[in-house]
Amino acid sequence: MKLPDVLTGPVPTEWYLLFGAALFVIGVAGMLVRRNALVMFMCIELMLNAANLTLVAFARQLQNLDGQVFVFFVMVVAAAEVAVGLAIIINVFRARETVYVDEVNRLKG
Amino acid sequence: MSPIVFLVLAAIGLVGAVQVVLQRNPVVSALYLVLAFMSLAGMYVLLSAPFLAAVQVVVYAGAIMVLFVFVIMLLNLRHDIDDGLSHVARRILGWAFALLLAGVFWTMLRGRPPYGPSGEDSPEVVAALGNTQAIGIRLYTDYLFPFEVTSLILLVGIIGAVVLAMRRTEMIASIAEPSAPLSAATPTSGARPAAVIGEPMKTGSVGPESQEHGS
Repeated sequence: MKLPDVLTGPVPTEWYLLFGAALFVIGVAGMLVRRNALVMFMCIELMLNAANLTLVAFARQLQNLDGQVFVFFVMVVAAAEVAVGLAIIINVFRARETVYVDEVNRLKG
Repeated sequence: MSPIVFLVLAAIGLVGAVQVVLQRNPVVSALYLVLAFMSLAGMYVLLSAPFLAAVQVVVYAGAIMVLFVFVIMLLNLRHDIDDGLSHVARRILGWAFALLLAGVFWTMLRGRPPYGPSGEDSPEVVAALGNTQAIGIRLYTDYLFPFEVTSLILLVGIIGAVVLAMRRTEMIASIAEPSAPLSAATPTSGARPAAVIGEPMKTGSVGPESQEHGS
């Protein structure tokens, strides 16, 4: 059985970009649809990872390692952001007994 | 062969990402997110970035997701409310995002994007040096200053997490009496340490509901 040419060569960069775009849109949709602060946080991570994949794909396409170094920095910032963000969510839960953002509306006025 | 691997990984990653949004239980969402991260790690290997693949597994799927699951377990969410959207609104939103995605796809597929000139890190050069070593050299020469700033970000993250996650009474008690162990200040009864009331800076910032649920 002979495989078609598109399945034997290297993966086109466009495929990675399309997958990254799909992942990003799923993250945006989850961020807007879900009301649980923890799941919203996970959707942010999903979007960050989609951007990372795009960066690595371009690093290969342009034969430039800077993209991979940048992904490394993005991962560090994401780690710090998760630590602080989850601490904030814990604090909100202590004060309001909920993590659902619709119920945390004290600042709405 | 690698396009087939890519398609399998992409299918796994998409299923994981969609399930993160659709699952009601946050723990299940977190586990599906681990699945999506693993598929991304496989893609990094396909993109000849093994160092980032390892970091993806260790930092994202390991450290960050453990933190997520730990917090979910810690919070002990009793009820799972409806997301507050009617079915009509959900359907409209679904179509809107599908159209958005289709628009992105259409823009990308209309023609080969202008990728620009190629840099000097050809696969042969990187393979001769080793991917990790090539990134390390780049990190400690061209990107030395951002690398140092990164350490500052991590320090801020550590301090911020500790300060935010510590209970207010514990924190103030530990500042007032550094020798006292933190667990001694845990408010088991309604009584608060006198140092808390006497602290002029903190009294204004304590809201009424945080006093209600303080214990």
